Amino acid sequence: MSNNLRINKNNFIDQTVRISFKFNGKKLFGYKGDTLASALLANNIHLVGRSFKYHRPRGIMTCGSEEPNAIVQVAKDPALTDPNVRATEIELYEGLEAFSQNCWPSVNFDIGGINNFLSPLLPAGFYYKTFMWPASFWEKYEFFIRHSAGLGKSPTKPDQDLYDHQYLHCDVLIIGGGISGILSAKLSAEKGLNTILIDDKSYLGGSTIYQDDDIFKINSETSNLWLKNQIEKLKKIPNLTIKNRTSVAAFHGYNYLLARENLTDHLGAHERKGKIRQRLLKIRAKKVVIATGAIERPLIFSNNDRPGIILSSSIKKYIDYYGVKTGENISLFTNNDSAYETAISLNKIGVKVKVIIDIRENPSSILSEKIEKIGIKILRGHTITNTDGYKRIKSIDVMKLSKDGENVVGNKTTYKCDCLGISGGWTPMVHLFTQSGGKLKFRNNDNVFIPDENKTPSEQISVGSSNGDFELDDVINNTIKKIKIFLNLDKNDYENLDIKCSKEKQKRNIWLLPSNKPISKSKPFLDFQNDSTAKDVKLALREGFKSIEHVKRYTTTGMGTDQGKLSNMHALGIIADTTGTNMGELGTTTFRPPYTPLTFGAIVGRNVGEFFDHTRRTAIHDWHVENKAEFENVGQWKRPWYFPKNGETMYQAVQRESKAARESAGILDASTLGKIDIQGEDASEFLNRVYTNAWSKLGIGKCRYGLMLNEDGMVYDDGVTTRLGENHYIMTTTTGGAANVLSKLEDYLQTEWPELNVYLTTVTDQYSTMSICGPNSKKIIKKIIPSLDLSDESFPHMSFKNTKIDNVNCRIMRISFTGEHSYEINVQSNYAKDVWEKCIEAGKEFNITPYGTETMHLLRAEKGFIITGQDTDGTLTPSDLQMDWIIGKKKYDFIGKRSLYRSDTIREDRKQLVGLLTDDPKEVLEEGAQLVESLEKPIDMLGHVTSSYFSPNLNKSIALAVVRSGKKLKGKKLIVPMENKNINVTITDTVFYDKENKRLNA
Amino acid sequence: MFIINCPYCGERDQTEFSCGGEAHIERPKQPTELSDDQWAEYLFMRKNIKGIQFERWNHIHGCRKWFNVVRDTSNDKIHAVYKMGERPPVK
Ligand SMILES: [Zn+2]
Repeated sequence: MSNNLRINKNNFIDQTVRISFKFNGKKLFGYKGDTLASALLANNIHLVGRSFKYHRPRGIMTCGSEEPNAIVQVAKDPALTDPNVRATEIELYEGLEAFSQNCWPSVNFDIGGINNFLSPLLPAGFYYKTFMWPASFWEKYEFFIRHSAGLGKSPTKPDQDLYDHQYLHCDVLIIGGGISGILSAKLSAEKGLNTILIDDKSYLGGSTIYQDDDIFKINSETSNLWLKNQIEKLKKIPNLTIKNRTSVAAFHGYNYLLARENLTDHLGAHERKGKIRQRLLKIRAKKVVIATGAIERPLIFSNNDRPGIILSSSIKKYIDYYGVKTGENISLFTNNDSAYETAISLNKIGVKVKVIIDIRENPSSILSEKIEKIGIKILRGHTITNTDGYKRIKSIDVMKLSKDGENVVGNKTTYKCDCLGISGGWTPMVHLFTQSGGKLKFRNNDNVFIPDENKTPSEQISVGSSNGDFELDDVINNTIKKIKIFLNLDKNDYENLDIKCSKEKQKRNIWLLPSNKPISKSKPFLDFQNDSTAKDVKLALREGFKSIEHVKRYTTTGMGTDQGKLSNMHALGIIADTTGTNMGELGTTTFRPPYTPLTFGAIVGRNVGEFFDHTRRTAIHDWHVENKAEFENVGQWKRPWYFPKNGETMYQAVQRESKAARESAGILDASTLGKIDIQGEDASEFLNRVYTNAWSKLGIGKCRYGLMLNEDGMVYDDGVTTRLGENHYIMTTTTGGAANVLSKLEDYLQTEWPELNVYLTTVTDQYSTMSICGPNSKKIIKKIIPSLDLSDESFPHMSFKNTKIDNVNCRIMRISFTGEHSYEINVQSNYAKDVWEKCIEAGKEFNITPYGTETMHLLRAEKGFIITGQDTDGTLTPSDLQMDWIIGKKKYDFIGKRSLYRSDTIREDRKQLVGLLTDDPKEVLEEGAQLVESLEKPIDMLGHVTSSYFSPNLNKSIALAVVRSGKKLKGKKLIVPMENKNINVTITDTVFYDKENKRLNA
Repeated sequence: MFIINCPYCGERDQTEFSCGGEAHIERPKQPTELSDDQWAEYLFMRKNIKGIQFERWNHIHGCRKWFNVVRDTSNDKIHAVYKMGERPPVK
C-alpha cells in the first residue's frame, strides 16, 4: 500500500504550501489547510492512541470536536505543551510536534495493553469495587491508578501565552456557519440587524460546502457552488461580524454566552510571538440562532473500535474537503442513507467500495439507486458481527439479521478491508439549547432528541440539523420559515428556491447490534475514550442502577473529554431497550458547559499574576518598603507585618518592637482600618441602634468603643467611633470588615429605618491613620504640634482634637489598642507619608519603633483585647467574650439584642473566651490547637486556642482561647495535646498586662 | 447570568448586584415583646421557593440602592422590579 493517500482533486487544501510536522518524533509532511488528523491519514497513520482502561489501539474516528480517540499532546516545551488536543481540530502548522497520550513506552508497544487481556476482570465499577478495601491499602491503589490513568501531561512551567477577554453585544448571534447558519446570518444582517456569526472551523459552509453531486441542487447549481456564492455575498454585508475558529462553550440565561476564539493555535511558533493566543468572548445577544448541526452516530457491534473504523461522513469529508483517502479498500456499514453519499464520493476518486452493509430491508432512494447503477454491492438487512485486525482493521464478519433484529441468522461471510465507514444516523447538537434551560422532546421515528419549541427559555431558535432537519430541502425551507417569524422579516429571496435532493425512505435503528456470540464474549464499545461497553451498561442495570445519571457515573460512559458526544445516545438506547422504557420518558443526562474543553488561560484572561486581584497599598507604603518591612496580605491590603533589622527573624523583630512600644514609643500604620463618615440629624439614634452600647450621651469631641452584632446576637465587628460634631461621627471598622459593615448599615438605613436622616460615606482611602503609642508618645506629639494642649484635662483618654501639623489639617484621637498612652493621627492621605516621616523624625530621640500587624496583635493580646475574626468566628456573643459591660441593658433595642436572651445564647456551657498560661512559661501554644481535660478516650474537645504569643513584656507565653463553660473554669488545668507532646495549661483571666489600666494615662 | 433592571440605573448585568434574600420580612418593631419562637421565625425562617419568589437585591457595584425583584427561581425570569417601600405587584 502506498504511503501517500493524497488525491489531487480538491478546492480546500493548498497543495502548493507543504508543511512539515512531527508525530511521535517522526518527521512527516502535510499541506496548508490540513488538520493534524487529515495529515496523519494522508501518511496512512490511523493508530494514534491507546484507550483509557484497556489500552487498546485506537485510530482517528471522526473529523471534528466529537473525536474520542485522536487526543494528542501538542508541543514539547514544558511551558507551552498542551494536553488533550483533538487531532481532528488542530490545524497543521510548520513545526507542529504532537505525541500520542496514554501509552507507554510507545503507541505501537504499550505495556498497559495487558489490561485488554485482563478485561474480563475490569467490568463496570471495577475501580469502585476493588479499590475500596481494605482502606489502609488506598495509598497503594492511588499510586497504581494515578500511573495508569490520566490523559496527557499538564505543563510544568507557567504559561507564557497571552489570553484576553472581550465583551460583545449584538442583536442576533448565530452559532454555526453551516448552510442554515449562513442563511440565517444573511437574512439577519440584510435586515440591518447587528449580527455575529460564530463558527468553530477556519472556513464557512459546514458540510454542504463540499457536497458536490448532481443529486443535490439549488436553483440548478450544485449545492456547494450555490452556498459558496451566498457566502461571498454574506461577507460583503457591513453590519455582520464573522468569528471563525471560535467555539461557543456555554449558553447561560438571558442570552449570555461564552465563546473561545482561537487566534494563534493554527500558526507556527515564529508567527505567534506577541500575539494573543485565545480570547474568551462574553456575548450578550438580544436573539440567538442555534445552527450547530448534527454529528453522526457510530454503530455498536463487537470490536467496533479498531483503528481504521471511521464515521462514514468523516470519510467523505477527508476525501471531499482534505483530499485524503482513509484507505484503499473500504467497506461501509449503515442504518441510513448518508453512507451512500460517502460511497458516491469514494467512487468518484476511484476507491473501491467492496460492500455496503445496511441493516434496513428496503432502503430505496435516489441515492441507493445511484449506488446500484455504479455497481456497488449492498447487503440489505445484514449486520457486522465482528471485526479483526489489531492495529488496523483487516476484515469484517457479516451475517443476516433476523426480522425482529434481535438475532443473526444464516452463515457469516468475511470481507477483507483496510477501512470501515460506519453510520448510525444523526444526533442533533442540542447541548447549547439545553444549557440555556431549554427542554428536549423525543422524535420516535428516527430516535432523536430535538428542542421543544414550547419549552425555550429565552429569545432563541434552533435551525437546521441541530433542530432535527437532516435533508437539504427541509434544512433550507424550515430555516427560512423559522427565521422569517423570529426576526419579523418580509418576503425574501430564499422563499422560492428550487431544491433537489434525495429523500430517505426507510429507517431502522438497533442500538446494540446482535452477534452470533453471546454478549459476554464480545466487545461492543460505547464510549471509546472511557472504554465502556454495552456490557458495562447492562451489568450496571443488572446490579440495580436505574437512573441514567447513576449508570453514567458507574460505567463512566460519557465522562471523557468528549463528554459522550458519540456515546450518550446509544447508552440511553440500550438502557431503554433493556428496561423496556421509552427513550423520551427516560430523558437525557445533563449537558453541562463547556461544549468543548476550555484552556485555563482563556478562562482567566489577563487576571493572572499581579492582576489576579486588586492590591491596596496605604499612602505610607513606600516608606515601609524603603524601611525593609515584611508585608502581610490582609484582604486586598498589603500591611507591614514586621520590620526586621540586621537579619532578625520575625520572632526577634516582634519581640524587639513589642518591648520598644511599651518602654518608649512605637508607631503603626493603621490606615487600612475602615472609616465611615456618618452625618445627619439622626446619626446618634442610628449609632444607638447599630451598636450594643449607648451613644446619645457621647459628647462632641469624645470617642467610644463599640461592638456591632448580627441580628443573631453574634459579634460582627468592632471599632472606635468619634463624635466630630452635633450630627457628625467618624466610625472605624476592622480592616477586613470595612466593606461589609458599610453595606450592612446601608441595608438597615434603606430598608428598615428609612425614617432616619443619616448619610454614610466611606472615607477609608481618603484618610490615613498612624498610631503612636508608648510612654514617650506624648513628648513626640508635643514636638510635632507644640501649640496643642496635651494635658489629661484638656485631652483625656477617649477624646479627639481637630488640629494642624504645620499646615496640614488633622484629627487626633487619644485612643489605644495597646493599653499604652497613645494617639491616633488622621490626615488626608496625600499628606500621610509626609506626616509619618515627621513623626519618625520627632521620635528619633525616643527610639520610636515602627511596628507591624504582628506586634500590634501581640500588644493587644497582652491586654486581652479581641480581634474580631481571629478570636471570634461568628458564633460568639458579647457575653461569650466576657464583654457583658458593653451591652446597653437599658436600651430598648439594637441589632441583635433580642437574640442575646434566646434559649441557646443564655446557655452557660457555651464556648467562652478565656486566657491561658502554660505551665512552662517558655512554651508557646499553636493557634488552633485543641484543649482537652483528660486524655482518656473518648476525648472530649473543650475548645481551641485563638491567639498565642510569647510576651516580651511579661517574659512568658500567653494565649487566648475559647473553652466550653470557660467563664466558670478560672484556675482549671487543661491539656493541649500536640503531635509529640502534651502541654499543660491553666485557665486565667483574659487580661495579662496592666490590669488596672494605669499605663493609659502614664 | 441574568439582567436586572435597577429602578434607579436601568438594565445591568447580574454581576453588579448582590441578593439579600427573601423580601417583605419586616424587622419586628418591638423585638423584646416576642417569644423565642416568634423571634426565631423572623430570624431564621425563609421560604426558598421554587417558582415565583419576592427578593431583595442591592445594586452593590452601582448606585448601591436596595430594591425588590419578583423572580421565578426555576428559570430566573424576572417578572417585576420595584422600589423599597412600594407595594408588591399582585401575586
Ligand atoms: Zn442602580
